[in-house]
Order: sequence, then C-alpha cells, then structure tokens
Amino acid sequence: MSALAELPPKNFEVMPKLDHAGEPMGELLEVSMGPHHPSTHGVFRMDVVLDGEEVVKLKPVFGYLHRNHEKIGENISYLSSMPYTDRLDYFCSMTNNWAYALTIERLAGLAVPERAEYIRVIMAELTRLQNHTCLIGFFVQDMGALGTPMMYAFREREKILDLFEAVSGARMMCNYMRFGGVRVDVDDAWLAQAKKVTDEYGKFLDEFETFLSANEILLARTQGVGVIPRELAINASITGPMLRAAGVDYDLRKVDKYGIYGRFEFKVPLGEHSDIYDRYMVRVLEMRESIKILQQALAAIPAGPFMDPKAKLRGFRPKPGEVYGRVEGPKGELGFYIISDGSPNPYRYRVRPPSFINLTILEDMCLGHKVADAVVILGSVDIVLGEVDR
Amino acid sequence: METLEQIKTRLEKELPMTQLDIVANDCPAGERSLLVAAPSALAVARFLRDDSQLKLDYCSNVTGIDWPQATIKTKVKKKVAVGGVEKEIEEIVETLRSGHLEVVYHLYSMALKHGPVVLRMRTENRTGHTHLPSLTPLWRGAELQEREVFDLYGVIFDGHPDLRRILMWDGFAGFPMRRDYVSPDDFEYEPTPHDEVLEQARKHYPTEVKA
Amino acid sequence: MLGEQILKGMAVTARNFFGSYVSKDRLTTVQYPEQRLPQKANTRQFPMLVYDGDPEKGLRCVACTICEKECPPQVIYIVKSKDKKPDYKGQPQLYPAVFDIDISVCMSCSICVEVCPFESIKMNTEFELSTDNRFEDLLLHKQDLAKPNEYYHQIHPDEANESDAVLAAEKAKAEAKAKAAAEAKAAADAKAKAAADAPAAPAATTTTTSPAPITPKPDAAAASATKL
Repeated sequence: MSALAELPPKNFEVMPKLDHAGEPMGELLEVSMGPHHPSTHGVFRMDVVLDGEEVVKLKPVFGYLHRNHEKIGENISYLSSMPYTDRLDYFCSMTNNWAYALTIERLAGLAVPERAEYIRVIMAELTRLQNHTCLIGFFVQDMGALGTPMMYAFREREKILDLFEAVSGARMMCNYMRFGGVRVDVDDAWLAQAKKVTDEYGKFLDEFETFLSANEILLARTQGVGVIPRELAINASITGPMLRAAGVDYDLRKVDKYGIYGRFEFKVPLGEHSDIYDRYMVRVLEMRESIKILQQALAAIPAGPFMDPKAKLRGFRPKPGEVYGRVEGPKGELGFYIISDGSPNPYRYRVRPPSFINLTILEDMCLGHKVADAVVILGSVDIVLGEVDR
Repeated sequence: METLEQIKTRLEKELPMTQLDIVANDCPAGERSLLVAAPSALAVARFLRDDSQLKLDYCSNVTGIDWPQATIKTKVKKKVAVGGVEKEIEEIVETLRSGHLEVVYHLYSMALKHGPVVLRMRTENRTGHTHLPSLTPLWRGAELQEREVFDLYGVIFDGHPDLRRILMWDGFAGFPMRRDYVSPDDFEYEPTPHDEVLEQARKHYPTEVKA
Repeated sequence: MLGEQILKGMAVTARNFFGSYVSKDRLTTVQYPEQRLPQKANTRQFPMLVYDGDPEKGLRCVACTICEKECPPQVIYIVKSKDKKPDYKGQPQLYPAVFDIDISVCMSCSICVEVCPFESIKMNTEFELSTDNRFEDLLLHKQDLAKPNEYYHQIHPDEANESDAVLAAEKAKAEAKAKAAAEAKAAADAKAKAAADAPAAPAATTTTTSPAPITPKPDAAAASATKL
C-alpha cells in the first residue's frame, strides 16, 4: 500500500530537445496552471511541462470541487437527490434532472404523460441552446476576446433563464423534473414567450456567426489545433459535440430515442477535421437544430396531465434492482447508475460525468502545441467542474 | 443484439477457461449483467470489444460498489407436506454475503449502435485482496474512471498506466465511498442547528454558540 | 482583403454598442440598487412560515416535522411544543416551540413547500439578507420566519389564492363532517327518547353512550368560525 501513496514522479522521463552535440537545449519549465485561473472553467489545475512555449507533458489535477455527491446520494432519499443533481453541471440543470428522473422511472416502471414529455424536450433543448451559447462565449474569451462575445452570449442566455425562472422559480437550479413528470405545468403565456425567444434566437445566431465564424484570428488559432483521431475518440469514451466533431455519428437522441425524440426531425451535425474549429462549428449547428426541435415541440405540445397520477412524492421505495439511464446532455452522455435495495435511499448512486471523461485525452490533444493553445483546447472540451468533480 | 445467454455460450466456446455467470436484475427496465472472474476478465473484455457481431468499442461507465459483509434474508416459498396436506409456507433463508468490492462496466457499441452489455468483476475481500485487472489497455476511456474507483474504494487495478488518487488529495488516508468510512472529527464544521453537529463544533470552537 | 471578417465583426460590435444608447433591446442592464427589475411571479428564495392573524396563535404550522425529514441538506430544526392550541379548523394541534432554518446552508429547493400538508411553509422572495455575523444572524428563528398571509398574497398572489382555497375546502369538509355527526347524534337521541318511552328500557340506555364523545367538536367549530 505504501507504493501507492507516493506522489507521482516529476518529469523524469521527459527531457528537453538535444542539439547537434547531444547536449540538452535548455531546461524544462514546469508550470502549474493552477486552480485559480480565469481560463480553466472552474477550479481545475493542469501541471504542464514546457520546453520553451511548447507543451511536453500535461497532467490534469482534479478534485478541487469534489463535494461527494455520490455519498450524499446514498444517505438521502431519491427525491432529495434531485436538487443536488441541479448542481452537477450547473449550467444545464434541466438535463441533469431529466437524466436522473429518467433513470428512476426506468427503475420503478413509472409512465410519463405526453405533455410532460413535450415539456421535458422543450426544457432540454432550451438548456442546450443556452449552454452552447455560453460555451462559445467562454471559449472565445479564453482566446483573448476580453468578454465582448461572452456578454452578448449572456444577454441571450438571460432570455432563456427568464423562461426557466418563470416556470420553476429559479434561474439555474431549477429542481423541476420529478419522477413521473414535471413539478408544475407550463401555461399558455409561457409557451408564447418561449416561442418568441426561439424565433428570435436564429437572428441572434446569425449576428453571432458574422462576428465569429469567419474571423481570421479565430480561424488561425483554432484550425488544425487539438486534433483527435477518430478511433482514439471512440476508444477514450468521448461523447457529445467533441465526438461528433471527430466524425462519429453517435447522438443519444437518435440512438436511444429516449423520451419522444423519435418524433422530431432534426439532423446531427458532424465534423471532419476534429480540431477546435470543428467543435465550435458543430456546436453552432447543433444550436440551429435545437431551434428546429423547439419549434416543432412548441407547436405540437398537447394538453393533459403533467405528472403520473401513480407517482408518490414521499415514501418512494422502488423494488431492488439496478439500472443505467442516460441522456444526451449538452456536454455529452450524462448517465446515472442507481442500485436500489428496496429502502427509501439508493444503495449506490453513480453519476457518469461527460466532462470528466472527455478530459481523458487532454494530454494527447495538447502535446506539441503552445501553452496558449492548451488553454483554448481546454475551452473546446467544454468542462464544468461541478460535473468533473461532483 | 444477441441476448446475454448467447453471448455467454459464445464466450465459453471461445475461451474455455473462463468462469461466467449471469446476474439477475428484477426491476422493470434493468439490464442483467455478466459476472466474470478476475483472471479471465481481460480476455473476455477483448473478445467483447473485437468480436464482429458485438463490437463493443465504447466503455461508457465504470462504477465501484462496496458490499460489506452482511447476512441476506430472503423469503422462499416452499411446499411442505403437513399431516398429508400439502401447504405452501414462507421460509426465511439466511445467506452470508462475504464482503467484497465490485466494479461494473457498461459497454456499448458506437459502430453497431447497440448495447449495453454490463460486465462485473468482484474482488476476493475488502481488506487485503483487492486487486482486479485493469481494462484501460482495451478502453482508454476507463483510465480516469478506474483511478476514481481506486481513489474512493481502494480497488487496485493491475495494468493501469497511472494509478494514483484523482479526486482526493495525494496524502489522503482512507477510502471515502466505502460504507464503513468515518470522516475525521476535525474537518471544519458549521454549527447548523442539529445536536450532534453542534456537539462536535463545540469541541473545536472555543466560544459558545447559541443553539 | 486580409482582416475583412474582423472588420465585419467590429461592425457588429459597433452596432451593439451604439445601439445600446438607442434601443432597449441592446441595453439589458439596470443600475442596481437604484433601479430594480420587478421579480418574476413565482421566484423562490428562502422559506417562510405563514400565519393568519396572530403570529403565535394563527401560525399554520403544526410541527409535523415532515419538512424536517424531507429537507435534503437538513437545515430545518423543529422542537415540538408540550401543549396544544386550536388550529383554523378548531382542532387542538401541536405547534413548534422552536423552528430554525439555517439559510447559510439552505439551497432553496422548495421540497419543504412541496411536502407540507398544512400549507404553512412557503417560499419567500427576499434575498437581500446579508449580515456580518455568519452563524447567528443567518440562522432564522420562528419569529423571523413567520409572515402574515397578507404578505404572502402580496408576493405570490396566485399561489396564495390557491392555498386559501385549499384551506377553505378543508375547513368546509371538517364543518360538514361535524354537522353530519351532530345530525346523526340528534337523530340517535330522538330515536333513543322514542325507544325510552316504549317498555324496552334497557336496550335504549346502551344506544345513547356511543354518540356522546362527538359533542365537544360542533361547539369548537362554531367558536373558531367566529374567530377567523
């Protein structure tokens, strides 16, 4: 056991380049791009070893936001875990809630009424819109845009957050889905406002793209940077827009068809070069597809109950068993693995975090690039520390 | 995709020395899993990944589970002849579950878009023999997740390229997600209005805090 | 020309910047705290306890501790009283002697509101609660949490109307039940009196004993109806 408690060895196998005489050309510099850093999307640390400006070795260090969500889940009831799932990926609380509710509904065999399914799709796609908008804002800021695109992104995001606040009472920590439906119903005024926001979003995206998509600085910094080969992306369990930018057609909304996604017509954008620019473009195109799904869902939402009448709020005890449920969150495949032993608390509550697993190949992507590229590559992976560390 | 029984028969034909069991799962939409013994796990996993009908190239989730030693009481219905009349009585059967740690892999296929096949491995006990083969050489995506299982449960993965703590800091002692883990007393406590938390806080804070 | 797209991007920035002086759409911030935006209809911040009329006697909470059990971060602390007081229906109920919520830990999930069967704990909308003493001032006691029903109508009018309707329905049900019981008792009394006049005297005495315990309730219901 003592061998495992040792600290990892410091750059013992990495050596600076040798010149003609075989002498090392200078020393290596080890930089801790430490947890307090404006560009690391939260408290995330990267230990990079640099040869000049080039990254020779990169080790990510996690755990600064570890709140032991899984152990808390084992000690409280199923319903009480729902507000904690909001705080996993704190930008996308609706999809986190949906993943958990979906898993428990599969565990207990609860049926979800039609209207609730439509509401869930609407909330999830609005979440995807605001997440991708936010992400593009952050990612461009990491490149040095000093906040202007981010502020435009946040201005549009506020319109969606206003919708979330109107229906659930909170902008980000919505705690909105329940096992068997949703907590409160949406009324016609809300649907009209959602339709207005959706219809105007396309215009905002056009303006945003004029601003960014052909910008020479952005192209120079992102094309050809951070490339992952397709096979490595599949083998490293990458999911979400990062995988689709590598050209793999795997979107859970099309593969699993959970909820009622089978009814909507939308395309899955794929990238070719698997570099940062492709990831940015895939996200922009996904936003446009989300707008299409939203318009279809808002037009077709039926009247009816919003909650399964058989679902119980208190005293919920599913039968013993285990289940793995997953949804296509904006960052990738968000899954919950729950083992129940018949008591009111789960026996094992596991979150499959997409951001955490997408960081597996961070080192592979950054080797050979400059330090500044490492920051932008991290931005394109789209991590939220709440999910990475749970 | 074929059923778990078909996969099991094919595996037993391909790799004769393996020990495989199918673990039941009674809830409405749960998946049954394939329990594989530790020595043959790597070969089984390689077969599952490379087989042309399965092509399970995507390891979605690696989970650690702690099963402490416990007696499990199950109700069994038995038909007993009592004085010439056959009656059905319920008996409580007690089985001793020895303590062990378990690692569960959820495998999907991106090439053929099917899944999941759930693979389980169990350690011998929770104290000294907690070694399991690492599946990271086959699926790179298991790398960080196996590190997390090592960090939080103490399962040592043989063959893992870089096994060290990931979420807890390097000098941390203990395995937090185990069921018998007791957190040390001197973490910072906020006196929320509950009796035992207040008691513990009073030991460390010199001033009196109003209840 | 090299840099053409950058110039187009700068044109977008300029349009947004100068546009913010002209169009409301592009200027989306207000000078808080001099100017405040109106809060949304069902926004939620921290819980509060609702009372009707008097903060002590009209407090709706009956210390059932369901909210304490269901609260995910366990921030509610209730100590039940030793005596009972009559509630809006007139039935004697316990009340909380101590009801503390630690708002430094409360995450405003409103699960306590969802599970409360007595419409007594609701979500407040006040968020400007910063103090300079973390442990004592962020622990709200019963007197800080108790708010009148009129305040609840002010901040969440639709919810308050629904809540009042539920309570009125419960009260009507209780009164109807009490009235039916009183009528049944009166009928049984009349029947017993008629039977007592007849020669079968011992059978009549046994029928009069069962309706007797119900008599205090109709008087209490009438008394509380006049009070509320």
